Amino acid sequence: MKKGLSANTLRLMIPVVSLAVLLMAVFWLQPRAMSYMGMNLLFNLAVPIALATIAQMLIIAVNDLDLSIGTFVSFAACVTAVYLPTAPVTGIAILAAAIAAYAVIGIVIHLRDLPSIVVTLGMSFVWGGLAVLILPAPGGTAPVWLRSLMTAAIPVVPLAIVASIVIAIVAHLVVMRSTLGVAIRGVGGNSRSVARAGWSVLRIKAAAYALSGLFSVLAGMALVGLTTSADANIALRYTLLSIAGVILGGGEFVGGRVSPLGAVVGALTLTLAGSFLSFLRISPDWQIGAQGAVLIIVLGLRLLLSRREA
Amino acid sequence: MNNSLEPQPVVAARGVRVAFGAVTALDGVDLDIRAGEALGLVGHNGAGKSTIVNVINGGLTPHQGTISYGGVDAAGGGVAAARAGGVRCVFQELSLCPNLTIVENTRLMHQGLTGFGWRKRALTLIRAKLDEVFPANRIDCTGTVGELSIAERQMVEIAINFIEVTEAPRLVILDEPTSSLDASLAEQLMAHVRRFVAAGGSVLLISHILGEILSTSTRIVVMKDGKVVVTKPVADFTAKSLVEAMGSVIKEKTHAATRTGANAAPLVVDLPVAPGSAFGFAARKGEIVGLAGLGGHGQTDMLLSLYRARSSNWRPQRPEEIAFVAGDRSLNGTFPLWSILRNLSIGDLGALSRLFAIDRDREDALGADWKAKTAIRTPDMHNPILSLSGGNQQKVLFARALSTPAAIVLMDDPMRGVDIGTKQDVYAILRSEAEAGRTFVWYSTEMDEICLCDRVYVFRDGVIVAELKGEEISEEHVLAASFSGEAA
Repeated sequence: MKKGLSANTLRLMIPVVSLAVLLMAVFWLQPRAMSYMGMNLLFNLAVPIALATIAQMLIIAVNDLDLSIGTFVSFAACVTAVYLPTAPVTGIAILAAAIAAYAVIGIVIHLRDLPSIVVTLGMSFVWGGLAVLILPAPGGTAPVWLRSLMTAAIPVVPLAIVASIVIAIVAHLVVMRSTLGVAIRGVGGNSRSVARAGWSVLRIKAAAYALSGLFSVLAGMALVGLTTSADANIALRYTLLSIAGVILGGGEFVGGRVSPLGAVVGALTLTLAGSFLSFLRISPDWQIGAQGAVLIIVLGLRLLLSRREA
Repeated sequence: MNNSLEPQPVVAARGVRVAFGAVTALDGVDLDIRAGEALGLVGHNGAGKSTIVNVINGGLTPHQGTISYGGVDAAGGGVAAARAGGVRCVFQELSLCPNLTIVENTRLMHQGLTGFGWRKRALTLIRAKLDEVFPANRIDCTGTVGELSIAERQMVEIAINFIEVTEAPRLVILDEPTSSLDASLAEQLMAHVRRFVAAGGSVLLISHILGEILSTSTRIVVMKDGKVVVTKPVADFTAKSLVEAMGSVIKEKTHAATRTGANAAPLVVDLPVAPGSAFGFAARKGEIVGLAGLGGHGQTDMLLSLYRARSSNWRPQRPEEIAFVAGDRSLNGTFPLWSILRNLSIGDLGALSRLFAIDRDREDALGADWKAKTAIRTPDMHNPILSLSGGNQQKVLFARALSTPAAIVLMDDPMRGVDIGTKQDVYAILRSEAEAGRTFVWYSTEMDEICLCDRVYVFRDGVIVAELKGEEISEEHVLAASFSGEAA
């Protein structure tokens, strides 16, 4: 029992430790970041990334991969910025239809036994095109309630931190504690035995995709709340960031091994890595590469630890 | 059969027929499993044991015939109908989700565990059942399945299937349940099966350990070639008569006379006796060595380790001294998008190339040569490989191995689902190639192929338990060695 616990704890320890190390490095470079305002600025953009990471994690939990999250979040952001302030009913209907479309994608992938990478890569062009149709030039406005929600001043702890904790807890309850979460991870672990036990793998996959779509829509809305306007290319980086966040947080590409808490910490770490480089006065052009380097270091550490376990 | 005075059987199969392509897996099977009986099911490879299990648990819909649970016909009901009928199945290969905890696996197997607090209830249920079936086990039920040993996983899977949540299990199918348990755990399980049956439940037990079948079952069904051949109470059987019942009704001698002088040929493979094995593995030049026994008892592992030992990991050597003919054509045999010729010539491109480019004329000549030798039925070797029938695809794979200068050819049950005509062609090629000095190591699940070999090793539980030579190679000897008489 002790050995098992330590293996799982270690898995979560690595992202937590890397976040702490990175945070200390940032504070050392820029002591003024160690304040309410500083923390809020550092982690503000982590909220939509954390939501997108949870969305990606749900897909990875059923052994698939979603390459359309970036364009889908952009699409959701465009719908939010264009329709929600003026025609909320239309906007909500479009977003609900998009979530339903996600469930359909899951069904098609399962029924036709298609590689999810190919289907979602194709869908990424569809979402990108729809986003441009809705919002040809950057613009739109954030609904007032969304704006005030995302910029709310909570005493003592900045909103970005509180929001991340709430996202982590909700995702943990859904994915790790609920029956649906068990079924979703079961499909990732051994879909044949789940089917043999009398479950409909089709329904489970559709549910996982729909949930993922829901979290992506929330990511798009959160992003608009922060930036107050949208753009068809606003979240393209999220595809790779979300995958990196899941893996960084202790998840694995196959086998249904995912950790929602880890995924949120992973998203925070990746956001912070960007800020860290800005403090080092390194051009933003290098940020993607640097995020990749952080990922490689963490994965290397994990490999070393798991070797020692074995 | 007149059941009007008895209660309805838990499961009744009537005239069940299942065919996979040209192969008939079940050929009109009638089977009743009544409450309060432990039915032992035995048979050799291809007898149809796993197919009937899959029909009973709803995973496979029979092409003809009916299946009913407790008198209720389950036409097209699938897994759900079987589970509603109280059928539970412990599969031969482990089928838990390794990434989930034991409690979560329990939840997945039991849809009735709903509502708030299911974790706590599942934990109590599985804890109690594990302690009931395997007293004094030390499994932590909150842990992840992936951290358990193979034996512990098997124990958990068995216990999960005996749990009663909303309805009691009426029939538990145990397919080789003791394959990874040691003797004392296996005895605990058999004791539990007896208690379960005495309390009115029923069990379908499949095992290659005849001692378990004889000591635990109340009735034994013997299957062969997709048919039930004998059904009798356990008292009418001994280990010996059971083995005899599994064999052919008519004993025919198909074995060719052993070639004289074969024993003097030099050894090309000579492995020491592995731990637990009764025999080492050796193969002589020009010999056809058969690997027999029930499927999955270590034959393929043997071929793979032979292959690894003889081939270089890094740079392929010239000439490669060993070739492999895969059993699962679509998985690791053919290149489905390539032509027949390309599929053939990939075996030894080095011999066909000049200045790092493939010499087309030499490749065509090779193709024409082997097309004639193995009688591949195609108008043009440039046609796609998938235009061929399964048997002819298999010939191409043989030709791929035989066109290399390899001295040893390993064959992993390559003739599954191949028509009889093609088989005869291939047997003739094998014989002539062996006479020319090539060594064949042939894993086969088909008895008539085993009888073609010069020498046969029988595998059981991953080790070699018998070596048969010449006249000794017969179905009854192979069967007797494949099934262990006493409990493990």
